[in-house]
Amino acid sequence: MSALPTSRATDVVVIGGGQAGLAMSHCLTRRSVDHVVLERGETANSWTTQRWDSLRLLTPNWLSRLPGWAYRSDDPNGYMTAGEVAEHLHGYRRSFDAPVRHRTGVVSITSSDSAHLVTTDDGDWQARAVVLATGACSEPHVPALADDMPAHLDHLSPIHYRNPDQLAGGGVLVVGASASGLQIADELSRAGREVTVAVGDHVRLPRSYRGMDIHWWMDAVGQLDERWDEVPDIVRARRLPSLQLIGTPERRDLDLNAVASEGVRVVGRLVGCNGHRAQFSGSFANLCASADLKQGRLLDLCDSYAREHGLDGELGEPSRPAPTGLEPPPLDIDLRAVGTIVWATGFRPTYPWLDPKLFDRKGRLTHDGGVLPVPGMYVLGLPFLRRRKSSFLDGVGPDAVDLTAHLVGHLDRTSPGMADPRRTRVPGRGMLA
Amino acid sequence: MTATETPAVDNGVNVDALLGARDHMTEMPELAQFNWRADCEWVNGAHSRTTVEKFNGAGGDQTHRQPYSVDTDHPELFAASDNGATPPEMLLIGLAGCLTAGVASVATNRGVQLRSVKATVEADMDLAGILGIDSDVRNGFSGIRVRYEIDADATKAEIEGIVAQSQKRSAAFDVIANPTSIVVEVV
Repeated sequence: MSALPTSRATDVVVIGGGQAGLAMSHCLTRRSVDHVVLERGETANSWTTQRWDSLRLLTPNWLSRLPGWAYRSDDPNGYMTAGEVAEHLHGYRRSFDAPVRHRTGVVSITSSDSAHLVTTDDGDWQARAVVLATGACSEPHVPALADDMPAHLDHLSPIHYRNPDQLAGGGVLVVGASASGLQIADELSRAGREVTVAVGDHVRLPRSYRGMDIHWWMDAVGQLDERWDEVPDIVRARRLPSLQLIGTPERRDLDLNAVASEGVRVVGRLVGCNGHRAQFSGSFANLCASADLKQGRLLDLCDSYAREHGLDGELGEPSRPAPTGLEPPPLDIDLRAVGTIVWATGFRPTYPWLDPKLFDRKGRLTHDGGVLPVPGMYVLGLPFLRRRKSSFLDGVGPDAVDLTAHLVGHLDRTSPGMADPRRTRVPGRGMLA
Repeated sequence: MTATETPAVDNGVNVDALLGARDHMTEMPELAQFNWRADCEWVNGAHSRTTVEKFNGAGGDQTHRQPYSVDTDHPELFAASDNGATPPEMLLIGLAGCLTAGVASVATNRGVQLRSVKATVEADMDLAGILGIDSDVRNGFSGIRVRYEIDADATKAEIEGIVAQSQKRSAAFDVIANPTSIVVEVV
């Protein structure tokens, strides 16, 4: 390897060149803050390299707004493929010539007195602020009981799943029935595989309600904008599984009833493995009842909204999805008929280059609405960071705007000389101008 | 209704104390470590007497207000003397008691006044299992059904939500619904 470039200086290092990093970069550019975006691969790396072939976004195209950028094609109610999301983000990067340094992996971050040394595999950066924007899905979360599974099974995560042909023969046990798990179970079953899906806590919603996309409703009733410092239990809100939805041109529903009717065997939460038998919890009925109740409460909210806004005449009939009507499932299955186990059990952000002291005892990054306890450090793009929509393509923008205001305040306070006149705030425009 | 409203209800549940304990144990996870004990002594035949008195938790040894003894036995149908509930029935008692305590706690936390709560628990069992007649039949229950009748200041959906949340936070429900390692030794 050739000699590393010497250390360079900037005001802000943004780590990650996906929607969060680019949204932050746009906000910083607009305020003329000197910064770089370090991207380990190419822009929108995980959209290009870590999504299965058929994946489409769960949110409709019009819900892809980023600061200074919006969906600009002719199908606002459709759902982008992963490749189209990558294109959307490439276009965004080009639109303001974001200072992205591609193929630059972070090795470590050392912080002292609000100065941060970011060491990369392409030299060092001195910065006065650092924004972690590497996303919520760095690593699949696999429960410890994966180690108890019989040796013959192939293990796969949604990050590594591509299409049904990739799997060896035999049945498939998909663990997890949120967006990834249920979509993969659905696709494998349609490809003729014997699929069992193990269901834990899940959030069930119809694709459309009264003729409108469910995300239109969630946006309209204000649910997407709920704030992290206002919900009763933010720890629980951040843990909430992804919605049981799929984005398809025919706008079909994807729930337990739907996959069961296609022949997927639906069982309870995977709780153990005894020899060659996988064991499932007897709590299945309650999980389904809870999901149905929760769905009912949201749809009640939608109906109230429609009534209060005089929309009842324009919208479709309030016909509710059928209750989850599955018989009590078997409590164990024989894994000798299964060839592959897909762990769709969630994702965790990982920051291997961060000081371990920045994490709580459960390994979660300590932050308050994206502001870390270390001055000048921020995180962006995590579930419910500042709003329910924080981890959505359409939701990271307002968070980036908020955190930029905080970050610029930090730069101004810690400025070694006079405040940079380019960043002086105009009175009356406020922090969020 | 949300937890942040001051509940103007009295179900005999001290929600503030429970939420205080929750905060306390979030800060100091070691306080949440509990150890439950029961001492059993055989009386005669299928008749045993099991007593609970001491347990450990919240950072130290604890004692019930008084010792509680429960007799278990088998009914006369099984040529036993029927001095108490059968042990599997005790599990149903534990489940019903746990879920109902949960209903009261969750209802109070959600500001719902309860007037009456009644539960009927049913469990099916094929004795071909414990009698060793059929090795394909399990010893325990093949299924449990609980039916609640609740009179409260709430809609049906709200009551169903309370019962659902009670199941999610019930220790007895979890012990019965999920595998638990059991080690039995002789000293």
